[in-house]
Amino acid sequence: MATEAKFLLPDLESEDAAPFWAGTARGELLVQACGACGRWRFPPRPMCPYCRSVETKWEAASGNATIWSYVVPHPPLLPAYAELAPYNVIVVALDDDPKIRMVGNLLASPEGAINEIDPASIVIGEPVRVVFQQIDDVAIPRWVRK
Amino acid sequence: MSGIKDRVAIVGIGQTAFGKGLEDTELSLACQAISMALDDCGIAPSEVDGTASFTMELNREVDIARNVGFGDVTFFSQVGYGGGAGCGTILHAAMAVATGQCNVAVAWRARKRASKASRPWAQTPQRIDDQWQWSRPFGLGRPVDEVAMLMRRYMHQYGGTRDHLANVALAFRKHANRNPNATMYDRPLTREQYMEARWISEPLCLFDNCLETDGALATVLVSADRAKDLPQKPAFVHSAAQGLPPQHQTMINYFNDDPLLGPSWAAADQLWRESDFKPADVKCAQIYDAFSPLIPLSLEGYGFCERGEGAEFTNDGALEWPDGRLPTNTAGGGMSEAYVHGFNLVLEGVRQMRGTSTSQVENADTCLVTSGEGVPTSALLLRN
Repeated sequence: MATEAKFLLPDLESEDAAPFWAGTARGELLVQACGACGRWRFPPRPMCPYCRSVETKWEAASGNATIWSYVVPHPPLLPAYAELAPYNVIVVALDDDPKIRMVGNLLASPEGAINEIDPASIVIGEPVRVVFQQIDDVAIPRWVRK
Repeated sequence: MSGIKDRVAIVGIGQTAFGKGLEDTELSLACQAISMALDDCGIAPSEVDGTASFTMELNREVDIARNVGFGDVTFFSQVGYGGGAGCGTILHAAMAVATGQCNVAVAWRARKRASKASRPWAQTPQRIDDQWQWSRPFGLGRPVDEVAMLMRRYMHQYGGTRDHLANVALAFRKHANRNPNATMYDRPLTREQYMEARWISEPLCLFDNCLETDGALATVLVSADRAKDLPQKPAFVHSAAQGLPPQHQTMINYFNDDPLLGPSWAAADQLWRESDFKPADVKCAQIYDAFSPLIPLSLEGYGFCERGEGAEFTNDGALEWPDGRLPTNTAGGGMSEAYVHGFNLVLEGVRQMRGTSTSQVENADTCLVTSGEGVPTSALLLRN
């Protein structure tokens, strides 16, 4: 999509987040875990707030989650997003660890746009699974109904 | 005596007109507000030796000092996190006066919506390397979207409705309609208008949002002893606190154990611990209202009701002057008076303590003032 070039995108070189985005590029949803106590944390950061270890590893999540909340933005918005408005933005809680939540969008199909689902049909608690959409050099994790 | 309880007072206040596209520069507006606040209490600018402002304030102490004509300034502090900073500047100034780091402190906020620091969300670089990479690429771009996400969850978890949010918007508008300085002074708002308003980020509509305002406001703080000799009735800083809870992420606070347990809770613990008043003693409040959902969240955080009851609390005109249980944002607040990062709430708190509000709460002997919920925050309990 031509407009997608103007979407905001993560800097793939971000110090703490680079492994996450390298994972999405391979079709994996990775979560940072403490190298010492093993607890997951998100967003990624250098120190484990539970045991203060700076050892980290990355573990694959199942890609299954439930919708925790959602909004439907309307203009005024940045141009690329205004073109698609109203669209949905969701927060999901991962099945692997419901305290790990991520922001995303609910799609009607893995290739779909973020404005194809009827917002009135979105239900908090409904199960979703991750898909990855390529925008420029970034694989963005989004979600479809299971 | 330990702590700052009642040892420092706000003795001077000043504010410019509120508007859109004001001609004066932001620096000029800041200097004018500070100058008026000094005249209000009859203190010479050469006596000012302390300042506190927002990290987002573009007007630096050096520029303020050489315009308004300060003397040797021996304490200057800035507080971060945008709308969370307002009461924090008063806390920093009060601590500095109480500990002798300065004698006359000025705290202020000046803002022009057309300035470079305004609408930071619209200036996000296309490649994001900080915390916003976890939300903005997905179209969760503006503060209203970020707060709407928490409100939708709140509605699901606790049963809050748009009617509750309308209670908030309508109460503040009624107060603005009594305040000639308020942007919305001559613009009444009905529940029907609220319900039919255009969406901004569902479940939030236009009237769930604060105004966009140019303007500046300032306060002057001195010791309680000095305050006795000054013309205005002092508003004593009875208690004040900042709050940053565990695992908090500013604005997109979706990643901790309990996202609806916001920074208000952390600030409130400290605020009430140092206070002779309890929430039940408080007869009026100025609660930070960049968006209407911050009111139920703050009412819970500051202990006016139990968790999950903040929306319900707004029923039956509870926030409305004169008969509500807790008349709130009695000058109209950020949603109907002016949005100057919540600093206008501090000045309205002072007016309530002086007895000069346009919606004066009878026998108000204390007033709670809060700063942004959803960001590292601060709060203030004034008394007279």
